Amino acid sequence: MEMTITEKILAAHAGLKDLCPGQLINAKVDVALGNDITAPIAIEQFKRVGAKRVFDKERVVLVPDHFTPNKDIQSAEQCKILREFARDQELSQYFEVGQVGIEHALLPEQGLVLPGDLVVGADSHTCTYGALGAFSTGVGSTDLAAVMITGELWFKVPQTMKFIYKGKLRPWVGGKDLILHTIGKIGVDGALYKAMEFSGETIDSLSIEGRFAMANMVIEAGAKNGIFLPDRITEQYVKGRAKREYHFYTSDRGAQYADVREFDVSKIEPQVAFPHLPSNTKSITEVGSVSIDQVVIGSCTNGWLEDLRVAAKILKGRKALSNVRLIIIPATPWIYRQAMKEGLSDIFLEAGAVISPPTCGPCLGGHMGVLAEGERAIATTNRNFVGRMGHPKSEVYLSNPAIAAASAVLGRIGSPEELS
Amino acid sequence: MKIRGRAWKFGSHIDTDAIIPARYLNISDPQELAKHCMENEDPVFLKEVKTGDVIVAGSNFGCGSSREHAPIAIKARGVACVIAKSFARIFYRNAFNTGLPILESVEAVDGTEAGHELEVDLVHGTIKNLKTGKIFQAEPIPSFMQAILDDGGLMEHIAKRRS
Repeated sequence: MEMTITEKILAAHAGLKDLCPGQLINAKVDVALGNDITAPIAIEQFKRVGAKRVFDKERVVLVPDHFTPNKDIQSAEQCKILREFARDQELSQYFEVGQVGIEHALLPEQGLVLPGDLVVGADSHTCTYGALGAFSTGVGSTDLAAVMITGELWFKVPQTMKFIYKGKLRPWVGGKDLILHTIGKIGVDGALYKAMEFSGETIDSLSIEGRFAMANMVIEAGAKNGIFLPDRITEQYVKGRAKREYHFYTSDRGAQYADVREFDVSKIEPQVAFPHLPSNTKSITEVGSVSIDQVVIGSCTNGWLEDLRVAAKILKGRKALSNVRLIIIPATPWIYRQAMKEGLSDIFLEAGAVISPPTCGPCLGGHMGVLAEGERAIATTNRNFVGRMGHPKSEVYLSNPAIAAASAVLGRIGSPEELS
Repeated sequence: MKIRGRAWKFGSHIDTDAIIPARYLNISDPQELAKHCMENEDPVFLKEVKTGDVIVAGSNFGCGSSREHAPIAIKARGVACVIAKSFARIFYRNAFNTGLPILESVEAVDGTEAGHELEVDLVHGTIKNLKTGKIFQAEPIPSFMQAILDDGGLMEHIAKRRS
C-alpha cells in the first residue's frame, strides 16, 4: 500500500504494516513533553490514578518556559510541581532556569526530537517538530498523563493535504510568510484534523528555521500535524545533535491526498496577519498606515538565530522610534549566547531594544511585555486572538522578523524597503 | 442522561484564549478558572450563565492552545454541554478527557437562537429545541471514545486496562 510520510510514521509506531486515514490506532510515543502550564495538571492526574513511575525517564521532557523566570507566586508554585516531579522521577530532561529555552526551539536544538519520531506534547505548537520529518502533535494534560504512564496514545489517522511551493522567494520573504499566506488562503480551520505536508522546489532550499516556522503554525489552520520530507538540510541540522538512531521516511509516489494546493512563491510578498485571526493576512504593500506601540521578535515561531540575524541586519545603525518598545527574545540560552558572540546583541541594544531571557512571555500575554488597553503590537509570534498579548482591547499583528524590525524603526507597520 | 438548559450562542473560531485567557493559566483550580470563563468574549455570559445551560457555537470551537483549562473552566462554570458545528481537534480530545459533554451538529446550531431552551439527550445524541419543537440528531460519538466515557474518563480507562 502506498502511504504518506505521516501514515508511515504512525504505522511504524503502531506496529502495523499499513493503515488508512480515519483508522483508530494505538501508537508508541518516542517523546512526551509538558510545560509549566500543562504539566501540573498532568502530574496531578498521574498521581490521582496511583501511577508510580513514568514509562521512560529519558523520554518525558519537562520545560518550564511559559511564565519563567517565575513571574509571580502562583507561577512559582506551578514550576515547583514540575521540579519536584522531575526529581522524584529522576527525569533526565528537565530544564531549570538558566538552561531552559522555549520548548519547541529547545528540543530540536538539544537533539531530543528526531526525524521519524512520534512526539506528543501538552502544548499546541508541538507540531513544530514536523520540520524534521517527525509526526508531532499537541495534546492536553490528561493525554500527556496517559502517555507518561503507558508510553502510548490513541490516534485517529489523519487525511493529508499536500502543499507545493514553486518559484524563487522575494526579498525579505521566508517560511513565516509562506505559512501565513497559506493560512490566509485556507482559513483557520482549513486543515482541521488533517496533516499538512509541505513540498516543492522552494521548500527544498528553505532553511531548517523557515521549516520550523511553517510547521509551528499548522495548528493555526486547525491541522493535526505539519510535516516536511527529511533531506540534506534536515541531516545537516540533526547530525551532531542526535544521541539515538533516527529514520528518514518519505511519501510514496502513489500516496493519497485529500487535497493538493500549489503556490507560486514569486508572487508572495511579506505577509501581515491583522487582528484577530492568523488568517486575516495582507501583503505588506496593502497594510496602509498602522502605528504601533510595541514590537516583539521571538517565540517558538521566530526566536531562532536566523531570525535574530535578519532583525540585526535591519536594525544595524538604526534606532527604534522613541515611542516604540522593542523586545527581543532569543528562544534558547544557546541562541542568546550566539547572538552575543556574533554582535547581534550590541546591535539590538544600540537600537534601543531590551533583550529578554528565553521565555514564551508576551506571546500569550504572560509577562515581559503585556499590552495595555488600546495598544498595538507587531510580533513574530503565532497568534493574534483577542487579548492574546494582554488587554482584551489591545491588538496583535503577526509578521516575519524583517517586517517587525523595520516597523520598530518606522513606528508603524512597514517594510525594510522603506528604510533609507 | 438528559440535559435541559438555556442556549448561549457564540460564533465560529472561539479560541481557547477567549474561553480562558492565558493570564489565568498559573491557576489550575477549576472553580477559580470558572470565574474567568469567556470573560474577554462575553462578560454577560460570565455573569448570567446558569448551571445546566448549554453553549451553542459555530465551527472550530476551542481552536488555539492545548490548554485543558478551557474545557475545565466551561464545565466548572456549570455549562452542561457544548454543541458546535465542529471542534478544534485538541479541544475535542480534552473535552472527552475532562468529562465535558460535546456534540457536533450543524443543523442544531443553525436551528437555535440565543436564549432558546434546549433538551439534550447525551446517550442518543438528540437535541430538542423546546422553543421551536424541532429535534436534531448530532454526529454519533465514535465507539472507541464512548468506551473511554463509559469508563469515566481517559485515566480511568487506562487504569482499568492495566489492572
